[in-house]
Amino acid sequence: MPNTPAFTTATPATQMGTAPAPHNPGVPLATDWFDRIAINTPAAERRAETLTTRRSLKKEWQAAWLVNAIRCMDLTTLAGDDTEARVERLCAKARNPLADHILEGLGLGAMQTGAVCVYPTMVAAAVRALEGSGIPVASVATGFPAGLMPLDLRLAEIHYAVDQGAQEIDIVITRAHVLRADWAALYDEIAAMRAACGPAHMKAILATGDLKTLRNVYKASMVAMQAGADFIKTSTGKEGVNATLPVSLTMVRALRDYGARTGLRVGFKPAGGMKTAKDALAWQILMKEELGTDWLRPGLFRLGASSMLADIERQLEHHVTGRYASSSRHAIA
Amino acid sequence: MPTVTEILETMDYGPAPEATTEVRAWLAARVRFGHFINGDFTAPGQTFATTNPATGEPLAKVSQGTPADVAAAVAAARKAQPKWAALSGHERATWLYAIARHIQKRERFLSVLEVLDNGKPIREARDIDLPLVIRHFYHHAGWAEILADEFPGAAPQGVCGQIIPWNFPLLMLAWKIAPALAAGNTVVLKPAEYTPLTALAFAEICAEIGLPKGVVNIVTGDGDTGAALVTAPVDKIAFTGSTEVGRVIRRATAGTGKSLTLELGGKSPFIVFADADLDAAVEGVVDAIWFNQGQVCCAGSRLLVAEAVVADFTARLTARLGKLRVGDPLDKCTDIGAIVHPVQLARIRDLVARGEAAGARLVQAEAQLPAKGCFFAPGFLTGAQPANPAMVEEIFGPVATLTTFRTPDEAVELANNTRYGLSASIWSENITLATDIAAKVKAGVVWINCTNVFDAGAGFGGMRESGFGREGGREGIAAYLRAPSPKPLAEAAPAPLDAAPMPGTPAGEGIDRTAKLYIGGAQKRPDGGYSYAVAHRGRELGLAPLGNRKDIRNAVEAAHKAAAWGKATGHNRAQVLYYIAENLSARQAEFEARLKEAGHDKAEVAATIRRAFWYAAQADKFDGAVHATKSRHVTLAMHEPWGVMGIACPNAAPLLGFASLVLPAIATGNRVVAIPAPSMPLAATDLYQVFDTSDLPGGVVNIVTGDRDDLARTLAQHDDVAALWSCGPDPAMIEAESAGNLKATWVLPNRDWHGPQGQGRDFLAHAVQVKNIWIPYGE
Repeated sequence: MPNTPAFTTATPATQMGTAPAPHNPGVPLATDWFDRIAINTPAAERRAETLTTRRSLKKEWQAAWLVNAIRCMDLTTLAGDDTEARVERLCAKARNPLADHILEGLGLGAMQTGAVCVYPTMVAAAVRALEGSGIPVASVATGFPAGLMPLDLRLAEIHYAVDQGAQEIDIVITRAHVLRADWAALYDEIAAMRAACGPAHMKAILATGDLKTLRNVYKASMVAMQAGADFIKTSTGKEGVNATLPVSLTMVRALRDYGARTGLRVGFKPAGGMKTAKDALAWQILMKEELGTDWLRPGLFRLGASSMLADIERQLEHHVTGRYASSSRHAIA
Repeated sequence: MPTVTEILETMDYGPAPEATTEVRAWLAARVRFGHFINGDFTAPGQTFATTNPATGEPLAKVSQGTPADVAAAVAAARKAQPKWAALSGHERATWLYAIARHIQKRERFLSVLEVLDNGKPIREARDIDLPLVIRHFYHHAGWAEILADEFPGAAPQGVCGQIIPWNFPLLMLAWKIAPALAAGNTVVLKPAEYTPLTALAFAEICAEIGLPKGVVNIVTGDGDTGAALVTAPVDKIAFTGSTEVGRVIRRATAGTGKSLTLELGGKSPFIVFADADLDAAVEGVVDAIWFNQGQVCCAGSRLLVAEAVVADFTARLTARLGKLRVGDPLDKCTDIGAIVHPVQLARIRDLVARGEAAGARLVQAEAQLPAKGCFFAPGFLTGAQPANPAMVEEIFGPVATLTTFRTPDEAVELANNTRYGLSASIWSENITLATDIAAKVKAGVVWINCTNVFDAGAGFGGMRESGFGREGGREGIAAYLRAPSPKPLAEAAPAPLDAAPMPGTPAGEGIDRTAKLYIGGAQKRPDGGYSYAVAHRGRELGLAPLGNRKDIRNAVEAAHKAAAWGKATGHNRAQVLYYIAENLSARQAEFEARLKEAGHDKAEVAATIRRAFWYAAQADKFDGAVHATKSRHVTLAMHEPWGVMGIACPNAAPLLGFASLVLPAIATGNRVVAIPAPSMPLAATDLYQVFDTSDLPGGVVNIVTGDRDDLARTLAQHDDVAALWSCGPDPAMIEAESAGNLKATWVLPNRDWHGPQGQGRDFLAHAVQVKNIWIPYGE
């Protein structure tokens, strides 16, 4: 879909959601874009800490931003005990993420999540369950979560997921390439995955919890974008540490720098560990402050989350009714 | 109010106002404030309005303190002081603890009140000012507890007059009151005329906890009230404010014996090297000059950026500027609030306009400013040359200058091209380079890869015309203590020096000995070409040069050229001092004879030898500290020599007095211009041969003989002399004349130089200033 138009704010709000940004065609590997990058960790942490204390969202604004988080959400199940029935339940929630009385109270029509994210063997079930909704199915692939499989098998897994109907592929990188600073190997691997994705959008999971340093995070981000990732994504959700604000800050600054050099827009997906409505606001504030409002649309921003939606729904119920809500009254994902 | 659907289009933040109900009720119940004297509020006197700068609305009326009010407050503090000081450290600690707890319990109330009165954004009052205030009182509760153990023999100053500015009203109050009370002082504090309200709320908290009457007194008013406090019978004045007013206070207190600490203005460099994390440095600018509307004495206001990255840095900075939100200080999304007062706003506008007129270009945020109230859109000036007023003068608003440098040396040169020396911020991922630059910049506080980081456990204060004294940390509490006073020993005024020949006073036997000035390691004839006879009981001992102001000038220049001495290791300096002792010892008999001939105690020689050993021993041991401040920071409190010091020596002990002052000064790395005892300068001039044979580098000790008062005056007036010790000349003259460059002065009474009062850590402490270097760590 290289000609898909970029997201415009003229699109009715409740229908915005799934139109992805154009593919990032990538550029040849250029290590000089990052090999001397300076990332000062205490400074990044300080910025991350104050991002959310400098901005505050109240009342209608808070409600709107929480609704936006749902629009940008990759509602996810990636568990060993996933079954088709469990995936169907998740898809039902993706189609109707908020109870009717909440939607009504907010003055909104129908809305849905940004995508549903599952394992490759669950893609077919998800596609069926989402038929007609326009919600894309995202599949993890390439030996998720560790990625330590032969490359041909990882590429075959991408082909499989795409064949099953996945429109978005969340690949994992070989962390060893980053830790050994083997940028050519990393670039070639991601470029091969990019090619295997065909028309599907590719999100490159950097597994930042394994990369440890912010310099590694920046470098891996830049290589992934040069190799053609449409999104860069923090984590599988399976590392010891998943999405954090300092890591996310580093990644969005990398994609800003990539954009400044190429004019290309790459999306960002934090994933794992974000559980609360407060988290949803924090990451959106990060996007708006560091990049701008365009990165608050699902074409360029996704939140990879499972339990966050339940908390958002409770907060929105409170906004609508003025009473504190119980999750037991809301449909589970 | 827009609908959720509409907001989903714009993704705006919307208003997020902090409620003011509680504070407004408090104001409405009071309306007019008196002073807080002796535990009670006085009836309001003649009042003036304090207003909300964001709206112009009057908030309350406060009393204009009269000299009588100040006198009453000082009398109350004086009466309360002995009892307060007599409390055990533990008892004082419990009071400070109670203050800390009560402020903590009223954190939001005080934050909101501060915002209303000052115009700063609620985020800053809430997240920065108040937590630091609370931390300061807790920290100093601790100092009260352990004071007797940590500072044995020290006594409080007594009654402290404290004058604070409007930029951090409650925080500056905490910085002043907490250490004063911990050390056993009582205080009279005058808050700034624009922002008196949190001080008055603090007074109510003191009354609420039942703090003994008279321990804390608050008198409101303008500069006249402050002037009355400065001249009132207090023992110490602590002032934070402009350099201009600091100079006035220095002159007003000269010769009164009042202890003085001054935290004054700054024009602090913010140095960005090519290898810095540029995004971090840009965020640093936000925390530097775009913090508190730029009304921060230590704000990084001169951005010095490596030419190699200036285009990139400027682009990032400009983009970041566009994200700042200017407006209602009570809104939780506001980055830049209101300028404190229309007078300040006019000053900022004027200075920026003058900067532009002198060739600088203003890059300013395209912010929609509120229709009313005191607001100034943040920005920065490019293309400002060193003489541009915007580069020289403290704008005290949200506008920095941005200039480039080519090399680290040039960065230091530009950084130090200012009369100020408060703080510096250094951005580089190369710790070797960053610490090197930290050592070279003239600043009392240096932040590496961070800026405007504060903690009660670290000293804060400036060099040069940014003032003297430190607040916070061990060095801060020390400023509220007096070392045990030596027993003063009266010193007869030196006889007038006579340049005319003295027939009938036969000189000693043997070949005539020539005393000269000692400048830059060489013996120099005096510029004026005159000498005076040094005589004892009608017998001429020899001729001494009659030095004049040009000789002082030459000596100061020579001292500056000997800068390498300050960089030598303590071990190297110790070796030289030991060698001086060794060579003096070899000539002990000759020096003793000379003193005896002049009617002085020959024991001065042996004492001088011991003293040289003692300061040699200290040269590599009188070191700094690592303060325990924030997590993942090392905060290094480095002892840094003043640089070039003047020393006027006592007349009474011509050798030992000279040595007692010169040795600690050079042991710590200073270079000195010393004026020896006018009646017997030969004891000092004889020493230069010892210096020459002891590997003392030329220019480290310079000796100018002559009229001590005149020469000391020239030193006091010299803008390139950083500190002046004076034993003998009129203290009022020394302190008043030193106001020109706000050099640190130490006026010492003459004493028994043989005893313990002639030597000690107190001398070393006066020979250095503390530079606090903050280094955050983590990858």
